[in-house]
Amino acid sequence: MTVARFWRETPRRYNLGGNRCSACTTVYFPPRAVCPTCQKHRQSLGKMEPFTLSGDGEVFSFTLVHEAAEGFEMQVPYVLALIKTPEGPLLTGQIVDISLEEVHIGMRVRAAFRKLREDGRAGVIHYGYKFSPARENGGREAVASPVSQEALARAAARAQGTART
Amino acid sequence: MMEQTVGIVSYGAYVPRYRITPQEIGQVWGTDGAAMGKGLNVVRKSVPSPDEDTITISTEALRIALTRGRINPHDIGAIYVGSESHPYAVKPTATVVAQAVGATPYLTAADFEFACKAGTAAIQTCMGMVASRMITYGVAIGADTSQGAPGDALEYSASAGGAALVIGRENLIAEINATESFTTDTPDFWRREGQRYPSHGGRFTGEPAYFRHVGECGRRMMELAQTEPKDYQHVVFHQPNGKFPQRIGKSLGFSEAQMKYGLVTPWIGNTYSGAALIGLANVLDHAKGGDRVLVVGYGSGAGSDAFDVTVTDRIESYDRNHGRQVQEFLDGGVPLSYAMYAKYRGKIHLGGS
Repeated sequence: MTVARFWRETPRRYNLGGNRCSACTTVYFPPRAVCPTCQKHRQSLGKMEPFTLSGDGEVFSFTLVHEAAEGFEMQVPYVLALIKTPEGPLLTGQIVDISLEEVHIGMRVRAAFRKLREDGRAGVIHYGYKFSPARENGGREAVASPVSQEALARAAARAQGTART
Repeated sequence: MMEQTVGIVSYGAYVPRYRITPQEIGQVWGTDGAAMGKGLNVVRKSVPSPDEDTITISTEALRIALTRGRINPHDIGAIYVGSESHPYAVKPTATVVAQAVGATPYLTAADFEFACKAGTAAIQTCMGMVASRMITYGVAIGADTSQGAPGDALEYSASAGGAALVIGRENLIAEINATESFTTDTPDFWRREGQRYPSHGGRFTGEPAYFRHVGECGRRMMELAQTEPKDYQHVVFHQPNGKFPQRIGKSLGFSEAQMKYGLVTPWIGNTYSGAALIGLANVLDHAKGGDRVLVVGYGSGAGSDAFDVTVTDRIESYDRNHGRQVQEFLDGGVPLSYAMYAKYRGKIHLGGS
């Protein structure tokens, strides 16, 4: 990945920076230029506002990776998961700091800041979000606004019938 | 004494998940690891995951601090990260941390290096900037993922972890009454440019280095503050192992009870720039309003920074239960074999890499 491309994506990779349609309040991650949910897409032109995800989520589905992507060889086997966020978007991310047998669908997770990859020994180091287990009273796991079932239900309702990330 | 009251507004600590014991290390190198651990007073040490480094540790610690203190990242005027294991030789750790906590762009940021005391040097810099009203909040971080050469005595203790302190003028959970430093040119421990592992002077790291600097700085701090050891509920020393701080504490007149919470190295190893700050974080996790704390850091090369600190009543309402407290890091962890440790720490040479 080029330095410039990763730099452009820094806000979303470091801080889960997405955006929200101010017309219908649908949240997008990664950010979109227009809102495909609004019946008339042009309504959202110029109305997409920055929106940062909380970092909370639940495991929607997951898989164990044994054939690593480049740069992840030292971490095999590792967990790659779809994370359902209370704000709506479904994120793909690695789950770290967990034993493989502990991962399960519905498990609460919290965004963690980790090294994603390095461009060789002399290149730039890329950082970004991964996820780690959330506990009731611990670590980065203890979150200010834990994911409530109501929030997840609202997010699921918003997500139904729309094709978005 | 400070003319303008400054102190700690919030704090957070982070230690990676994995642990390895001196016995596990010793059996690889044909030495009595148990005896080595007993001699150093190190039960186990932390090991970072392959995707963790000083930048990720610093960010995690600061995110906890900002949430606990309900601090707007845009009110941060300076971030200084003290470490001897910055991931880049040229490119600041502090800019990545600043971006990752949402504090950019209107702040100053820089990396500090002074062996194990770069974090306490960062505190002093923040104190000056906050007291002179250049900034509202300054962030001082001490974090490291240092390594000892395979088989070297350092390998039994060198670990990973860090802590972040937010320094300000208002809403203080602890006032820093005064600070003092003691600095000389003493070559006890060093790493030359391009070298992967540090070198040290063996026993020379003791008397003329750690004990002289920590002892002189601690004594002078108490003279300036007009205090005695009995005036402090807690004391925190830099802790390259579990034995040095016990010995200097005893010689200065402190009891084991006063050192109880400030001594964390036996359970997580020597986190270098993070060591004194994690010890202070553990003290703050347990402190009551009115408790007085003496902190004396140390960095090879060599120097000590001391702080006379008084915990305020605000600590009682401060949200220190948010995020993991230090005790959880001391108690927890997943054990690693030496093979996995060598893999995670990049000690295995992979062809072509």
